[in-house]
Parts: sequence; structure tokens; C-alpha cells
Amino acid sequence: MTALDTSPGSRLAARSARIFLAGQQLILNPIGLVGLLIVAALVLVALLAPMLAPHAPDAQNLDLRLIAPGGDHPLGTDQLGRDILSRILHGARITLGIVALVVVIAAPIGLVVGCVAGYHGGWVDVVMMRITDVFLAFPRLILALALVAAMGPGITNAVIAIAVTAWPVYARIARAETLTVRGTDYVSAARLQGASSWRLIRRQIMPACTNSLIVRVTLDMAGIILTAAGLGFLGLGAQPPSPEWGAMIAQGREYLFDQWWIATVPGVAILVVSLGFNLLGDGLRDVLDPRA
Amino acid sequence: MTDSSPPQSDGAVAGQPLGPLTADAGAPDDPLAQAVSAAAGRGSSRLIAILRRSVTFAITFLGLLLATFVIGRVIPIDPVLAVVGDHASPETYAAAHAAMGLGKPLHHQFWIYLSGLAAGDLGTSVATARPVIEDIARYFPATLELATVAILIGIGFGIPAGVWAAVRRGRLADHVIRVISLLGYSAPTFWLGMIGLLVFYATLGLVAGPGRIDIMFEGLVPATTGVMLIDSLLAREWEVFADALAHLVLPASVLGLFSMAYIARMTRSFMIEQLGQEYVLAARAKGISPGRVVWRHALGNAAVPLITVIALTYGSLLEGSVLTETVFAWPGLGRYLTTSLLNADMNAVLGATIVVGAVFMALNLLSDILYTAIDPRTR
Repeated sequence: MTALDTSPGSRLAARSARIFLAGQQLILNPIGLVGLLIVAALVLVALLAPMLAPHAPDAQNLDLRLIAPGGDHPLGTDQLGRDILSRILHGARITLGIVALVVVIAAPIGLVVGCVAGYHGGWVDVVMMRITDVFLAFPRLILALALVAAMGPGITNAVIAIAVTAWPVYARIARAETLTVRGTDYVSAARLQGASSWRLIRRQIMPACTNSLIVRVTLDMAGIILTAAGLGFLGLGAQPPSPEWGAMIAQGREYLFDQWWIATVPGVAILVVSLGFNLLGDGLRDVLDPRA
Repeated sequence: MTDSSPPQSDGAVAGQPLGPLTADAGAPDDPLAQAVSAAAGRGSSRLIAILRRSVTFAITFLGLLLATFVIGRVIPIDPVLAVVGDHASPETYAAAHAAMGLGKPLHHQFWIYLSGLAAGDLGTSVATARPVIEDIARYFPATLELATVAILIGIGFGIPAGVWAAVRRGRLADHVIRVISLLGYSAPTFWLGMIGLLVFYATLGLVAGPGRIDIMFEGLVPATTGVMLIDSLLAREWEVFADALAHLVLPASVLGLFSMAYIARMTRSFMIEQLGQEYVLAARAKGISPGRVVWRHALGNAAVPLITVIALTYGSLLEGSVLTETVFAWPGLGRYLTTSLLNADMNAVLGATIVVGAVFMALNLLSDILYTAIDPRTR
């Protein structure tokens, strides 16, 4: 490689350069940058919650119940005298955990279903896409509610229910991307070299789907957060005394008109984090998926 | 849900921006669609398109029923225990087990379930002891009223905002509208409803509180349609109408904010596409006023895909109403669903799920058919 040659020397170099360039574009995009900062802050808060929180999230002090924001309790206390700031900080762990679990479960399922259906076509495609459509035909929150009702409330079941409602969208996107690359020369070349179907899907087709899938998953994270908070609010997700934000709003509901901060603060947290993922997804779309 | 509007309808539900709307009629890559159109031979292509969608609709609907059946029967909770309770004697249990047909093979049970549904039997609600179908008929108009006013708010503000953002692309107005839209998808509706009650009801006293109507007006107007605004107008009870409106405006605005955000965003992207077309340049060159070019020529063409967007948003509002109705104690289908959930009243939960799912799918089908009917290019 001569000094003037800027073409990458290895696959790793090419990949690193591409990630670097995408990252650079993302940071230059104000919308994406704000989103990235919010999401990074969420991750940091989740990691460092015990160190950042001034009090234990479950420490009750009935002498200090329903204190307005200020002083030792910057965001006030709830009806059991628990420090709301500490609960919000610890709640970030639950929110991030739910989002991560749902994505880890749903994205691979959607990717495999979509790529296999799109690559094979024919009846495999019909059957798989019909199943996908049935799941898409359900309004998401309603399906999650029905599943949680059947399986019983709780955070694990909430994660499963949300994951069940999340994968079909990814399958649709992966299938659409697969159809656009299925007939390309590089896929044909790999096939002529004797690659098996599964190897073709895994090495040639799936990588082509990742960009639009990443954009979609990031945008979806906001929806996952809202659904999880909604389930928590209805008492079907995380259970008290867990400092899950939706459950905290539900607990603050009866104090809404007199101690407004109990319900307001967790709502602001949900709004900011969900906005962060939406902004990041928007920015990523500009960078990774310019056709959209 | 049909192939022409892939993941979008679902995304609208989750409360977030969606990808570009690819509402092309036809969906040529769908093998089933190809099979159906081949079977139909070379008739009217529009009729075939509608037929094709109807077949897809029927298959998907059957799948939806299968899914609710599976949720209700196969998943851990023992349906017999849900009916007879934990302390029933073994004889009672066995009798209920037999009466519910649970000893029969699953496919046979599914058939019984389908026959019941075909006859309009969604089972009996454990909590209200009424047939689920009657409960749903009683609660549905309230949800319909809420969602309809919300979508009108969404269209009334969302389309002008989207058009304005597209015309002023990259300028301040565009950015402001983008930020408001993003806030609209990012806010949890149930929380927004509570804040709305806190500010506009408890603090400012501008609107009425939770519920659909004041107790003093309750039952004053005959429920001709079940839609309070229309019923009170029909009965010429102006005070009732005003009170119903005062109760409706806040929940409908909260729901409407979400649909407004989505409609504004989609309008903006459709308008940007149209404004870049040559016919717009030609119209401007002919000296047509800028307003007419934007509102009549460009928006006229953008209206076709917008219909799909509005139909999908309308469907998602039925779902968004679940949480909103809970916050506002709105006696609609959403609150029926959540109260049934908390009572573990599975017949009611699944019945409401089927109805909402069916309406959602029907709206999708309708938007596809309208799309085909309105856009001359698909003829």
C-alpha cells in the first residue's frame, strides 16, 4: 500500500473506517447529536445509579413524605417519603434493561424471518409473511395487554409481550431489503462459488439489511419505552416498589392535584429518554439510510 | 394489514416516526397476491386488486382469531379456574371443564370458537355477567367519539403544519414543527393526559374533569347513536352538548397531538416530494399564485398517500385510547379492556382485542381500497 492509496487494506480497516465516517456524520447532524447525548446520558445514569443517587431508591421515611422539590430532595419525595430523584436514577436501569432485552430478543427473530422469507420466496415466503401480517394486524399495545393478561403481570412477561409485538416490523424491513439484494451480482457470484443458502443469507444478505434495521430499531426503542411505561402504569409491567417510571406515575396519580411532582417527574424522564431515541433514530436515518 | 403498507401501520401505533410510506398499489412481490390475480384471470385490474386485498384480509383475520384463541386457551392460566374460582369442588370443576368443551381436541375447540364468533358470541364477561358483545356495543361509541374528534384535530392542525414545514423547508418554522412533532410522539399519552388535567382542569378550570358527562346530565339524553355530541344535538339539549364538549376536548386533544405529529410529518415529506416535481415548476411558470400551487396542485397530489396515513392513524388512535381512557375515566372500549384485564376477565379481554383488531384491519383494507379508487394512476 503506497502512501497515497486510501483504499482500506483489510476488511477490519474498511469496517472501522465506515463506522468512523458514519459516527462523524452523526455528530455533525445536530438532531442526531442531541439524541446521542441523551442516550449516552441514560446509559451512564443506568450504570452509575447507585453512585449518583443521594438516597437509596426504596428507603422510606414517613416523616418526610410528600415533600416538595428542593433542598435535600431536589425532586421531592413520594407518599412513602422516598426520594424521587434517587428512584428516577435507579429507574433508568429498568428502562434501559427492558429496551435492551426486547431488542436482543426481537431483532434477531425479525432479521432471520425476513431474510429467510425474502431469500427463499415461494410458499416459505407466503407462510412466514402471513404469520408476520397477523402479528402486524394487531394493534401493538392491545396484543401486549392481552399477552400480559394471559401470562400474568410482571416485568419478565412485559418484556416477552413487547418482544412478541416488536419482531414483525423488523421481519418486514429485512424482507424488503433482502428482495432488493437477492438478485444482485455479488450474491449470484457467492452462490456460483458454491455457498449454501444459509451461508448466503448470513454472510451476503443479512449485512445488507443491518443499516435499515438499526435505524428502525433505534426509532422503535422510543415506542418500546412508551409501551413498557404504559404497562407499568396499568399495573401490568414492573410491580411496586420497583422504581419503574410508568409505575411511579401510577402511584403519583392520586396525589396529582396536590403533590404534582410525584407523577410529573417520572413522566418528564420518559419523555426525555423517548425523545432521545427518536432524535438518535432520526439522525441515524439521515446517515445510514439516505433514501428514506 | 396488506402488503402495500408494510410496517408502517404498526409503527404508527407505537408512537413514533415511520419510514417512508410505500403505499404502492399492487405489491407485485407478494406470491399470494400473484396467485390470486392469476386465478382471477384477466378481468378488471381494479376489481382484482380489491379481491386480492379481501382474500389477504380474510386470511389475516383468521390468523388474528387463531392468535386470540391460543392466548385464551393454551397459555398457562387455567380457563376453568378463571370461571369457577380456586375453591371449587372437583365435581364443579369437571362440570365446567366439560361445559367449556376443553376435553375435545384443540382443532375441534377452535372450530367451536369460530362458530360461536360467527354467531356473534364472544362469551360472557365474568365481571359484568353480560355477554361481551353487548358490553362492547355499549362502550364502543364512546371510543369512536373520542378517536374521531382526535383525528379531526390531528388533520386540522397536522396537514397545515406539514404543508407549512415543507414550504419553509430548512427554515425556522420547519424546525419548530419538527421539534413539536417529535415531542408529540415521545410523550407518554397517559402522562400527558394527567398533566392536561392538572393544568387545564385543576389549575385553570378551562375544561371539565374526568368522565364523559356531569352526573347531573347523566341519562338526560336518549342514547340514539351512543355518541354523546350527536345525541345531545338530536335531543336539542344544548347544555348537555356544551358539557359533553367540555369533557371531550382535553382527552381528544391529548390523543390528537399524537396523530397531529404523525400527520404533520408525513404531509411534510409528501409535500417536499411533490414540490420538487416539474408540474409545480410549470404551474409556477404559468403564473398561478403560489398559494394555489401549494394548496391545490401539490397538496392535491399529496392527498392520495395521505389518505392511507390518516386511516392508519385513526386505527392507532383506537389503541391509544386504552391509556387515555384510563386516565380520563372515559367509559369506552379502552377502559373496558383495562378493567377486564385487572379482573382477569379473559372473555372480555379477548373480545375487545378481536374488535379493536378487526376495526384496525378493516381501516387498513379501506385505505387500500380508497387508494386504488382515488389514484387514477392505479386504474
